[in-house]
Amino acid sequence: MRELLRILETEGPVDSQELAVRLGQSVAEVEAALADLREQGVLLRYSALVNWEKVEEEKVYAFINVSATPEHGCGFDKVAEYLSQFAEVHSLYLMSGQADLCVVVEGRDFRDIARFVAEKLAPTPGVRSTSTSFVLKTYKMEGEKLFGEAKNGRLAVSP
Amino acid sequence: MQTALRPSRLARELPPNGIREFFDLVQTRSEVISLGVGEPDFATPWRICDAAIEGMRRGQTSYTSNYGTLELREAIAEDLERRYAVSYDPGTEILVTAGVSEAMDLAMRALLDTGEEVIVPEPCYVSYRPCVDMTGGRSVGLETRMEDRFILLPEALEAALTPATRAFTLCYPNNPTGAVMTRQELLPLAELAEKHDLVVISDEIYAHLRYIGQHTCFASLPGMRERTILLNGFSKAYAMTGWRLGYACGPAEIIEAMMRIHSYTALCASSMAQTGALEALRHGEQDMQEMVAQYDQRRRLLLQGYRELGLPCFDPGGAFYTFPSIAHTGLTSAQFAKALLFEENVAAVPGTAFGPCGEGHIRATYATHMDLLKEALERLGRFLEKLQAGQIKLEA
Ligand SMILES: Cc1ncc(COP(=O)(O)O)c(C=O)c1O
Repeated sequence: MRELLRILETEGPVDSQELAVRLGQSVAEVEAALADLREQGVLLRYSALVNWEKVEEEKVYAFINVSATPEHGCGFDKVAEYLSQFAEVHSLYLMSGQADLCVVVEGRDFRDIARFVAEKLAPTPGVRSTSTSFVLKTYKMEGEKLFGEAKNGRLAVSP
Repeated sequence: MQTALRPSRLARELPPNGIREFFDLVQTRSEVISLGVGEPDFATPWRICDAAIEGMRRGQTSYTSNYGTLELREAIAEDLERRYAVSYDPGTEILVTAGVSEAMDLAMRALLDTGEEVIVPEPCYVSYRPCVDMTGGRSVGLETRMEDRFILLPEALEAALTPATRAFTLCYPNNPTGAVMTRQELLPLAELAEKHDLVVISDEIYAHLRYIGQHTCFASLPGMRERTILLNGFSKAYAMTGWRLGYACGPAEIIEAMMRIHSYTALCASSMAQTGALEALRHGEQDMQEMVAQYDQRRRLLLQGYRELGLPCFDPGGAFYTFPSIAHTGLTSAQFAKALLFEENVAAVPGTAFGPCGEGHIRATYATHMDLLKEALERLGRFLEKLQAGQIKLEA
């Protein structure tokens, strides 16, 4: 199961025939496992990892630390779920440490994000304060290094 | 005419590494997918590199004890105790070396007197027999066969013994076949070693790369600790081939003898590499297990590919090699490997590089990226079709 998920997480969709071979299982077993994982909400979707910094299109990310007021019975869930509804919110986490929530916001440019913070995020009931850090350059995301590395100098044939 | 720098008879008579010639051939071509590599395609896990770099920053760049740092020897002892329940005294029974390569050389030099024989089951790693022969000892190749899953059979070993036999080598999981031996299969060999008072030089460098069953450390068998020189290293399991680090374990007397030779010829293993190796033993398990999981997937993919192409290959339980039979094509190993290279730009090593009984086989490694393996299988399929259709011109 773990191994199956690892493959899908790093490689995207792989046909069940190949998965069966690589995992030493039958095609039927693999397909049943995939169906289960989808049903249980473990396997959410397949998506590509895009390095937007190489594309002309403007795209800016900011990590925003949010302090919020917890509510009786549900803590930060309500405000977090409310904020998650905004399309601008790329990811959202409950955090340990100083801030309560970390909101990753995606925008076309810095002003776009500033506007979202001022007009949407900060005024949301339950949000007490925000602290915004813009991403200047991405070195690694989702386990993928985005900088060039020296080529492995392995010999073509060795004993 | 003899020149001042004419090499010694020993050097002149040393057979060239069977792989060298093929390597030169591969070098002349581009766009080759190489299944001919005997090392991991992964980079050394970064935490290991980081530990070594930090060690250098802190100035740990001097000679170490001839035996290696005590810290590393203690970590090695703990590792062996934990995995196989064999105990070695880090003070006197472990020697850190420049890879298993050096450890093998030291073992033979420390052990053998002129004319003493070492039985070397083949196919095997290229260095064993030269290491024996360079000491003035005599290496005796002993064939293992695909029908027997390339394990060493006690009958075969016993039949090869002579009054001059001092030792035999073992390498499971095996390079080049990927064969493994179970505890049950090893036990009769241990009995023979006892009965005939033989030393066993056990190269267990692929011990962690095991996909079927569990590795049995030969020294953990009853009575064997006292007659085994156990060799292992960091090259394969931790993707550290270029670091040149390995070790030998055994009773103090033989390890001390090996250390004496090592103290004159190498002084000590690289201190930077020893720092890295310590990190590998302390915190490298997860990185290693992830590589093992990758190898296992590729292993299955390659074997399934062979099945679909009708290429007979037994199921290798360890290392990162497959050793399919190409005998049915009527070609020799060398012809097959060369033709495959020229026709389809796929490099695999002729089985004969690992001993005469490797004839009829090629060694193909799956320490190769999955995508390249898939492409290599396609090319191999095309090659076999062309071969069958008689469209391939063979070199003499
Ligand atoms: C069976 C075997 N022993 C020893 C070695 C050499 O290992 P090291 O890098 O530790 O010298 C190799 C390398 O290919 C090998 O396959």
